[in-house]
Amino acid sequence: MPELGKYVFAVLGSYGISVAMLVVLCTLSLMRARKMRRDLAAIEQRMRRDG
Amino acid sequence: MRAVLIRDLRLAMRAGGGFGLGLAFFLIVVVLVPFAVGPRADLHQVIAPGILWLGALLACLLSLDRVFALDHEDGSLDLLATAPLPMEALVSLKALAHWLTTGLPLVLAAPFLAVLLNLPIDGYAPLLISLALGTPALSVIGTFGAALTVGVKRGGLLLSLLVLPLYVPTLIFGAEAARRGAEGLGYAMPLAMLAGITCGTIALLPFASAAVVRVNLR
Amino acid sequence: MASLWEYANPRKFIATSDLVLPWVGGLALVCLVVGLVWGFFFTPEDYRQGASVKIIYLHVPAALMAINAWLMMLVASLVWIVRRHHVSALAARAAAPVGAVMTLIALVTGALWGQPIWGTWWVWDPRLTSFLILLLFYLGYIALWAAIENDDTAADLTSVLCLVGSVFALLSRYAVLFWNQGLHQGASLSLDKEENVADVFYLPLLVCIAGFVLLFVALVLLRTQTEIRARRMRVLLARERMG
Repeated sequence: MPELGKYVFAVLGSYGISVAMLVVLCTLSLMRARKMRRDLAAIEQRMRRDG
Repeated sequence: MRAVLIRDLRLAMRAGGGFGLGLAFFLIVVVLVPFAVGPRADLHQVIAPGILWLGALLACLLSLDRVFALDHEDGSLDLLATAPLPMEALVSLKALAHWLTTGLPLVLAAPFLAVLLNLPIDGYAPLLISLALGTPALSVIGTFGAALTVGVKRGGLLLSLLVLPLYVPTLIFGAEAARRGAEGLGYAMPLAMLAGITCGTIALLPFASAAVVRVNLR
Repeated sequence: MASLWEYANPRKFIATSDLVLPWVGGLALVCLVVGLVWGFFFTPEDYRQGASVKIIYLHVPAALMAINAWLMMLVASLVWIVRRHHVSALAARAAAPVGAVMTLIALVTGALWGQPIWGTWWVWDPRLTSFLILLLFYLGYIALWAAIENDDTAADLTSVLCLVGSVFALLSRYAVLFWNQGLHQGASLSLDKEENVADVFYLPLLVCIAGFVLLFVALVLLRTQTEIRARRMRVLLARERMG
């Protein structure tokens, strides 16, 4: 851990919050993508069956 | 064209048309400010130009959802769209009607409300001039926002979210002109910028508003 | 009935992005980890700003992407207006939340960076203020997409909003500069990267910028896929409802 001196809160806070926000964004995007893929496949399956 | 304008004015003036509501809101906001910041008159004096500008701006915002809503609800907007009047002219007339019934009364009321906030005597003319120059821009920009949200049910909050960021340049230059004038400094520069914004929006924004109304009427 | 896409474009987009996405995403991750670790652990302190200069590795790339995301949305909106490619409109919709997060990161890191220097948690520095206004534009854009049910209407309205918003965002930038400089406050310390041109700072910064760009591309590709599928689903559901 480098010597952060009096900037420890600012630097660690910045890195922490930024990484956290990026992780949340990526996770939510991936989860929604997966869900949409599944739901669309399900509905297309249904239409193929009934159509 | 005049018929459309007069109709809009008459609609706004009759009972329930909202005329006077903007003025009342302006008054209420100005009255509330001392309660919020404390009774020190020297403090009021400093913030008076900005508060008056902000109050006028918010009061303008309030009546925006009426600009198209009434006509949209009873179908007259569709009728007007098919009339020989170009849509750009129609939205400009709507903006003009909004300014005449909301913006202009606010400008005229401002000096009286300025007394409540202890505005320095030097500040009255700059306040009046900046508001007179700036409120038309607020009406034109607001009309654009109203056009965007005309199809959205209870879109008032969305309208505010869309329009308020667009109001920032006008507010900055208008309030700055009023503030500098109140301090006895020269305020020609912000006033010129304000006039530029007003002229630019009046000339160009109706095209965007017209396009948006056409989309919403599809 | 076979799974038919309405337009060849969306199908091609999904097929291509399925191939490209793992690579772009992987490369983004590599660049981000390398750049941030390098910048955090292996760079010296700035003689004036001390260790807080390390925030630059987040603040500058995020700020750059905040602007570039909006520019991409602007171009995509123009493409929609002129050529009516649905993928374009959906790509703009997909990019907006990413741009908003980038703006938020730029704001938070900017505020945290300035705090030890200015002594307050927030200053109305022209640059930070402009990003705050940009965030409001992002939120309005996202809100408008969410409020309109009809896909084509939403695409049309939001693209016009993006256009008009871009003009006003630019106008606001200059207005804010005037607003703060004009008040004769003490010169605010610039958070510009021009201060740190030394190679030892600059190279990890480039890597971080590359990482952020790649991450943006990956996220937009992924999210646009999702939007395309969502739109497809709405069409199918409507068709199903009508029997």
